[in-house]
Amino acid sequence: MRREVPLLITGIVGVVFVLQYFIPHWPFSQVNTWFSDWFSIVGAFAIWLGALNLLKISALKVIGKKSDWGYAIVIIISFIIMVAIGFAEGKEFREQGTMFSWLYEYVYSPLSATMFALLAFFVASASYRAFRARNLDATLLLMAGFLIMLGRVPVGDSISFFLPENYQFSQVASWIMTWPQTAGQRAIMIGIALGLVSTSLRIILGIERAHLGGGD
Amino acid sequence: MNLQLVIRSRLFVGLAQVCFFLFLLVNLGPLAFAQDEPVPTQLVDSTPLNPPTNIEVADTPNDAGGSITIRWTEPIPPEGTAIKGYYILRAEAVGNEQGQFDVVGETSTGSSELLDGNVVDTLNYYYRVAVIYSATGVNGLEVEALAESGISRMVSSSAQWFDWRRINVFVGVIFLCGFILYYISRAKAGKKLFIRKIAGLEAVDEAVGRATEMGKKIYFIPGTQDMDNVQTIAGVTILGRVAEVAATYDTYLEVPVSRSLVLVTAKEIVKEAYSKVGRPDAFHEDQVHYLTDDQFGYAAGIDGMVVREKPATIFFMGAFYAESLILAETGNSIGAIQIAGTAMPSQLPFFVAACDYTLIGEELFAASAYLAREPKLLGSLKGQDVGKAIILFSIVIGVLLETFGVWRFSSLFGVLD
Amino acid sequence: MSTRAKELLVVGIVLLFCIIAYLGKVYGWVDTVVFSPMVSMIVVGIIILGLVFVLIRTLQGRLINRQVVFLFVGIAVIMPFFMSITQKIRTSPEVQQLYDAVAELPKGSKVLVSFDYDPPSAPELQPMAEAFLYYCLSNDLKVIIMGLWPQGAQQANLALEAIMKNEKLAAKGLEYGKDYVNLGYQAGNEFVIQRMGADFSSMFRTDYSGRHYEELELVKNVKNFSNIDYSFNLSAGYPGTQEWVQVAVDRYGLKMGCGNTAVQAPMMYTYLNAGQLVGLLGGMNGAAEFEQLVKYPGKGTKFMLSQSFAHMIVIAFIIIGNVAFFRSGRGKKL
Repeated sequence: MRREVPLLITGIVGVVFVLQYFIPHWPFSQVNTWFSDWFSIVGAFAIWLGALNLLKISALKVIGKKSDWGYAIVIIISFIIMVAIGFAEGKEFREQGTMFSWLYEYVYSPLSATMFALLAFFVASASYRAFRARNLDATLLLMAGFLIMLGRVPVGDSISFFLPENYQFSQVASWIMTWPQTAGQRAIMIGIALGLVSTSLRIILGIERAHLGGGD
Repeated sequence: MNLQLVIRSRLFVGLAQVCFFLFLLVNLGPLAFAQDEPVPTQLVDSTPLNPPTNIEVADTPNDAGGSITIRWTEPIPPEGTAIKGYYILRAEAVGNEQGQFDVVGETSTGSSELLDGNVVDTLNYYYRVAVIYSATGVNGLEVEALAESGISRMVSSSAQWFDWRRINVFVGVIFLCGFILYYISRAKAGKKLFIRKIAGLEAVDEAVGRATEMGKKIYFIPGTQDMDNVQTIAGVTILGRVAEVAATYDTYLEVPVSRSLVLVTAKEIVKEAYSKVGRPDAFHEDQVHYLTDDQFGYAAGIDGMVVREKPATIFFMGAFYAESLILAETGNSIGAIQIAGTAMPSQLPFFVAACDYTLIGEELFAASAYLAREPKLLGSLKGQDVGKAIILFSIVIGVLLETFGVWRFSSLFGVLD
Repeated sequence: MSTRAKELLVVGIVLLFCIIAYLGKVYGWVDTVVFSPMVSMIVVGIIILGLVFVLIRTLQGRLINRQVVFLFVGIAVIMPFFMSITQKIRTSPEVQQLYDAVAELPKGSKVLVSFDYDPPSAPELQPMAEAFLYYCLSNDLKVIIMGLWPQGAQQANLALEAIMKNEKLAAKGLEYGKDYVNLGYQAGNEFVIQRMGADFSSMFRTDYSGRHYEELELVKNVKNFSNIDYSFNLSAGYPGTQEWVQVAVDRYGLKMGCGNTAVQAPMMYTYLNAGQLVGLLGGMNGAAEFEQLVKYPGKGTKFMLSQSFAHMIVIAFIIIGNVAFFRSGRGKKL
């Protein structure tokens, strides 16, 4: 029963979801809404599982003075502050001028942007390490990468000023992005889409059940 | 808004303005144009305003009901005027008569169709379309006037049992599913199926073994998306296999997750895997733990753990966005062996650059079949490959037909009207 | 030095830097520091000399570690903020296509803008958002804002706040509810788009500040996508442009353009070439090009010099990396 009930639910929901794509009539027209609402409701309750798990693990770290317990204190304090302020400010907590929006704008936003900004550094170091002319394919890729990087910034055209206008780096970069790049993207996307269909079908039919635990 | 009243008031104001036009312009121009309602001027008195014609109303096809499509022919605006947009007016049918017309929608110029998606299937309706003309008045200010069409025929909406625009998708799905099911049945019947070597999956044992030798942890990152994403399901499927190997070698496996539902699922999978290899005692509840739903908060959390604890092996299996390179490059910086798998085309280059092995797109979905070697799962891969062969064939045919201008083959694959 | 000590040191340095930057902002020092062209060229020269030094060391067989790469990238990104070098930004066809699509909309047309991103992607997408909103509102287009990401609606408010400081817009006396509305965030990802195909108000019963949909003059007659003349999606992931194309464009025939992060933009060319998207702004350069077109030079234009420098640094390090690769003899296979 422990495996059969989830499999049955998956099968029924999966088939109904496929059918609703082709049948616009009620009740199929509503299943999307029902299931997405149910997913939101379950997800909303489940968020507490995650939050409590985070608090539990952090608290245990602090109590047991395990390694890096100082970070756990930061987690607990930040968590309490955000939740307390959010609840204290009621339904208007997202409005401009609230404490929550201040924390959002001046703490959360810069922290998130900082993490995203790390990409610039990591792209450079990854390119430095991995972008090598190992063979013909890699060399072609490297050249395409060079042209794109040059063509995507104004300095590219300044460097290639002596070339006819249609062959300057920005134009070459546009051509690479529009044609060869798109062809490659499409090939990968078609493969992924087929893989998705196949995996979904396996899940709906109950052939794939490793995600329910146990491996087979 | 009751448009009938609006139109009446506009006509009234318009007539008044015909009489006092010069007076208003000279003495009260600014005041007159400061009124709330647009003021018709010579639009009314000099040239007849053409209303929209050929009002066609019909139940919107291929839908769930509750919608009526209204089409009309755009009038030719008199010289010096322009069409600013249209009001769509609707009245419920009361017996054979129409009730009061209310504005139910508006569109801008260039439109000659509107979908009224706010009707009840059991009721009948009548429609009118009013065109909004605008022109520059004598004093340089913009003035507006309306011209209303006749009343449409009575119409009602209804739901349909099949969306015929999607017949091409339906045929495609039937074929593809048919192939997959056929090969699954063949595989069940004992037919041996070949599957090519996938380096990333071959390396799982080696990667876990390395962590065992070094006496360090293994990290498994199942992406940043929830359980409704097939990539996450594919990721946690691989987690089961990794957990089995880790439990066998008695190596600590840590799974930080970013979604509560993934937490529950991953915990169950790891627990079962440990039980399966006879090591239920080695499983710790805290092995699988939640960090945060926030994309970069999650990336920051993992980066911190990776830098401090220096795991020997890291798996990235699931759906990733911009955090992919941040995670993979940090793992690379501490010298961890890294195996990644994702079906996010934009993140694949990053994983390829920073990880030792990468499962590209469909390889991620093939992983469970590859690892389990179960005939039924392998059969589905074969069916998928036949689907791919047909798509390749279609592309070649389509390119030839369209290049030589024989037939627009690609029209078969769009949303059909 | 232990990892923790290093972390504390870094935190200390960053904190000090932030305090200096904050004080600089408050007292207006930061904005007053502008290098003359001569000084700018000297800085560029020093960076080039540094790279040559790294190249020489590499040729000598002494490889640099990643921290040196980070240092150069950091310098290349920060220094251009103070430089007075101007660049000629050339418009790419996909940006021009988006501009043309909006420019040909008659006055009063309704434009739906979906903010599907959060603060981390704001440096790339916020300049696009500001330039796009500025152009729409200054050309008398009516703007309906929404978000499929929880923080999207807040990003929209920040963009509106920024553009309303512009004199041209301020003079227009734009009115909330009549010229633009912010319907706020709605949970449900692509299901929201699907339900909007039938009825907007079923998804957005109130706007961002709690006013009822029917009370908002701009949208009270907007039932579904058939009332929308153009749509612009700012996306940093899921749900985003892909979902909009699959649901709103394919099923409901919405005319749509998009602004995407540079990482995500390449994927959108498949939709652009197929005609499912009408215009695309990709990353910071897309934002800068659009700003030039709409004559609203903002952060996109300002940061393009940094982007140019950063790209050049990455190219330089790829060359240095390959020099090291060939010098080690592994390149003989080529």
